[in-house]
Order: sequence, then C-alpha cells, then structure tokens
Amino acid sequence: MKIENVPVKGLSSDEYEKTLKISWKPTLQYAWDNGIGIGKYLQSLKEGKILAAYCEKCGRIMLPARAFCEMCFRPTDKYLPVKDTGTVNTFAICHVNWDASRLKPDEPRYIPAVIEIDGASPGQGIMHLLGNVEPAKVRIGMKVKAVWKPADKREGSITDILFFEPY
Amino acid sequence: MGFRKVAIVGAGITKFVRRAQETGPEMSYLASKMALDQAGLKLKDVEMVTLGTAPDAFDGVHMKGEYLLSGAGGNNKPYIRNFVGGGTGVFAPIHGWMHVASGACDVCLVVCSEKMSSCHPHPQGAFLTIFDHTTEQPLKPTLIWIFALEMRRYMETYGLTKEDIARVAVKNKNNALDHPSAQVAEAVTIEDILNSEVLAEPVHRLDISPASDGAAAVVLASEDVAKRLTDKPVWIDGVGWNLDTAYWATKDLYYPRYVEKAARMAYEMAGITEPHKEIQVAEPYDPFDYKELHHMEGLLLCERGEAARLTAEGYTARTGNLPTCPSGGALGVGNPIAATGLMKVIEIFLQLREEAGKRQVPGKPRVGVAQAWGDLMQVGTVIVLRR
Repeated sequence: MKIENVPVKGLSSDEYEKTLKISWKPTLQYAWDNGIGIGKYLQSLKEGKILAAYCEKCGRIMLPARAFCEMCFRPTDKYLPVKDTGTVNTFAICHVNWDASRLKPDEPRYIPAVIEIDGASPGQGIMHLLGNVEPAKVRIGMKVKAVWKPADKREGSITDILFFEPY
Repeated sequence: MGFRKVAIVGAGITKFVRRAQETGPEMSYLASKMALDQAGLKLKDVEMVTLGTAPDAFDGVHMKGEYLLSGAGGNNKPYIRNFVGGGTGVFAPIHGWMHVASGACDVCLVVCSEKMSSCHPHPQGAFLTIFDHTTEQPLKPTLIWIFALEMRRYMETYGLTKEDIARVAVKNKNNALDHPSAQVAEAVTIEDILNSEVLAEPVHRLDISPASDGAAAVVLASEDVAKRLTDKPVWIDGVGWNLDTAYWATKDLYYPRYVEKAARMAYEMAGITEPHKEIQVAEPYDPFDYKELHHMEGLLLCERGEAARLTAEGYTARTGNLPTCPSGGALGVGNPIAATGLMKVIEIFLQLREEAGKRQVPGKPRVGVAQAWGDLMQVGTVIVLRR
C-alpha cells in the first residue's frame, strides 16, 4: 500500500485564507419539551428540591428523575425528593469555554464535577459545577451542598442550582 | 455460530491533516480507490457498501451518508451509513462483516470519512449537543470536561500521576513518526506533554488527539472470494459492540465496563479465552492518552489498574510483549473520528500481513485486536483479526 502517494493536502493558515470557500452561520432554533420525568425534576428544582425516581422492583432511587426504570423496563413507582447535599465523585478545573475559546486570566474557572447526591442510590451522580471554593482545594470525596437561586428567581432549570459548595 | 468467514483483502488510507483541501467525497474516493486497487478489484465487483462517519455537525451537512455516497462508491448499490459516535470507525467494518458473514453478499466495501475542519471556530463546539439538552447543556459543558472528569477518577482510583498518563502520548506520537499518514507525529517527551497548555486540569493540550480530516477504507470478502484474490487474507475472527447508559454520571468512570462487554463478545466468537496471552498486537482507541490505559484494561489485556505500570516498563512499546498503538494512534496519526477507528483496523491488518514497514512489530503476530469508543463515554466496538 502506497500511502505516500495519496494526495490529500493539508492547508496552512495562509493557504486556507486564500482558498475559495462558502460559509454559513446557522441560526437554527429548537425548543425541547421536558417530558414527564424531567418535567417533574425541573418543577421540583423550582421548589428548591432535587427529585429522584424510585423503582420498587430493583430498589434504585435514580437521578435524574425519569418516567421509567431502564433496567427493569417498567414505569417509575414514585417520585421522591432526595437531599441537596452530596459527595464529589470527580471534578475538573476547566480553562476553556464550550467552543474551545480560552477564558481570560481574570475570569473564574469552571469546576465541573460529578456529585453523588445523598439519599439517592449509591453512585447516582449528576453533573454540576462547584463554586465558592479555591480550585486547588477541591478533593474527590469532598462533601458539598447546593447553592440555590433565590426562590423568586427560579425558573425550573438545572441552573436553579447555581453551584455546589463545600460545607 | 453459523456465520460465514470474512476476510479483509485490501485497505486504503489518506493522509490525516488539520485542514484538507479535498472535500469529504474526494477523500472518501481516494481511500476507497486505494483499497480496491490493493484488493485487485473494480467498483463493479463491489456488491454492497457501508459508510461510517461521525456527527453531521462537523461538516454542517444534514445527510452526510448521502453526501459521501459517490466518493464511497455507493451509487446504485445497497448502501447504508452507520454511526455510533467515536466507536463508528470500528463499528463500520463490523457492519460490513454482517453483510458478508450473513451471506447477503461476497464483497463489501467499508469506507470511513471525516472532515472536522469545516466547523468553525473549532469542531469542539459541535460537541455541545451531545450533552442532555435539559439537564446538562445549560451548564455550558465542553467535551473536555467529561474526559478530565473521567481521567481524574481513573488516576485517583489507582493512584496514578500525570506522568503515568503522559507516557502513552509520548509512545504514540513517537510511533507515528513512522506512519506516512500522520498529522501530529513528534519526538515529544513527558516534559513536553506536562508543559503544554492546561485545558481542563488534569488534561493538557498534548494529552489530546487533534481534530483532523481524513478517510480510510477496507474491502471485505467471503472465504472463497478472499482466497481467489490474495494469499494473505486477514480474517475477522470476532466482533463485539456494547452501549452503556447515557446517564453517564451514574456509572463507574474509572472502568469502561461496556468495552469489556464488547471485548468478551468478540473474544467468545474468536475462541479467545486468555486475551492477555493470545492477543499479540493491539490498537486500543486513544483520543486521550489515559483512554489507551482505560481501554487496555477494558479489553482484558491486563489487570485493572496495571496498564500504566506496563506502559512505563515498555510492555506496550513496539518491541514489547504487547505492542499497543504501533500505528501512532489517534494521538500521533490524528483523529478524524470514524477514519481513526478504521485506521486502527488497517494497522492490525498490515501488522498481521507483516506489511507495516518501519512500524512492523517483531514476532510475526497472528492475532490482533482493534477497538474504538465514543458517544457519551458509553460505546465500545471491538474487532479481532487473525491471519
């Protein structure tokens, strides 16, 4: 096989600028229905509570709340609030935005984490952000508690929890 | 199990580059043509075509399978696109295997193509929508988050350091110096990796494979046809694939259970009972350096938590007991998502035929495994090849 002969050409930045091309900036807009399970989860966040789903067959208390147990393949038996505290399973300290652009030196770093929520089955974590903590002090196993938006500002979104902080 | 034997009889691969002048169909054509030439076949000999390509959002083309049809040689043939995220590149030949093993056809062309550079300012932005739109996207996640989260969990579980992880990038980027398709081959050191920009602690820029453009293709044939075409067929002895939950934050991030399930499926089909002894060369998927270690463990090529130590001891070097990513991997050759997985399958194909040139591992290997991984840290795709 003569890979060397395949003429795919990588363009330098200069060459790329000079290349004829068509560009498009899409302005697509979507609205995603919350559905049954996540609808209840978000309604509950608005009320300042984290809602789980319980399956009495496997006994799991699942997060986020869901309309059916995907393991037992049967409807959720009941929805129940769990605590707004948990344990850091893992975390990162992120210096870039979602589109790979870099944060400025004075902008706060994102500290995404997987947080296992107290009262849910072991290992039932959600992704959220940590705050009110020096990045260098964050540890796996750290106990954290949700910091909520004021009740009148909540809108039924995962961002009704601003972040989790150590307590 | 009632499957017909299936062989790889030809392979083609383009250079992997940051920004290709060629379009997706043009790159697909080049890889497909090379694979057909190597197999000694014409397009008219191909009965069916399967195409692997990752998210439409990279190209901004809504029906990428149809867009790439002409370059993949699929016009007026039974043709279908398959897609399991980053696992696509190894799933595509599995899908082609289904076509031939089932008896639906004797000759199937498998093509994988990716053009990530069309997405601006950076293809990473296209990954935003892999996260749950309601419970995760409002937090403005980037793909690197989940890798940083998984890498830290893995390091913490086994007490590994960033140096332990960086050795994989060093090995693969150096291996890639001998791969003619390579985009980011470089004689780097551990210090180079650790001194590169921190993107999301603990992940540095050189821990990550680049965004790439490129294509790869293989021709699959049934036993009778394969034996007529070549005296060096490489047999697809086992295939496996498995998907874990999309509730990714609820699973064991330190161990890819779904990769193990896919591997066990492939090994059972291939009659492999002791993979760490029977597999002689491996191409685990390495979009991030820790992923190679993760996947060695998931592929049952070593005990859990042992992959970093084995890497440090040279066990996975080209001259080691179990060479991993002798191609240079995604970290060295580049990572045009679907094409990367197929590049890995092609590397095992070449290694088993002893046609890997400067990359050839010693010992005339007879059995190798290639693996890819993707979606929201949830899919494993595994293929076992034997000469």
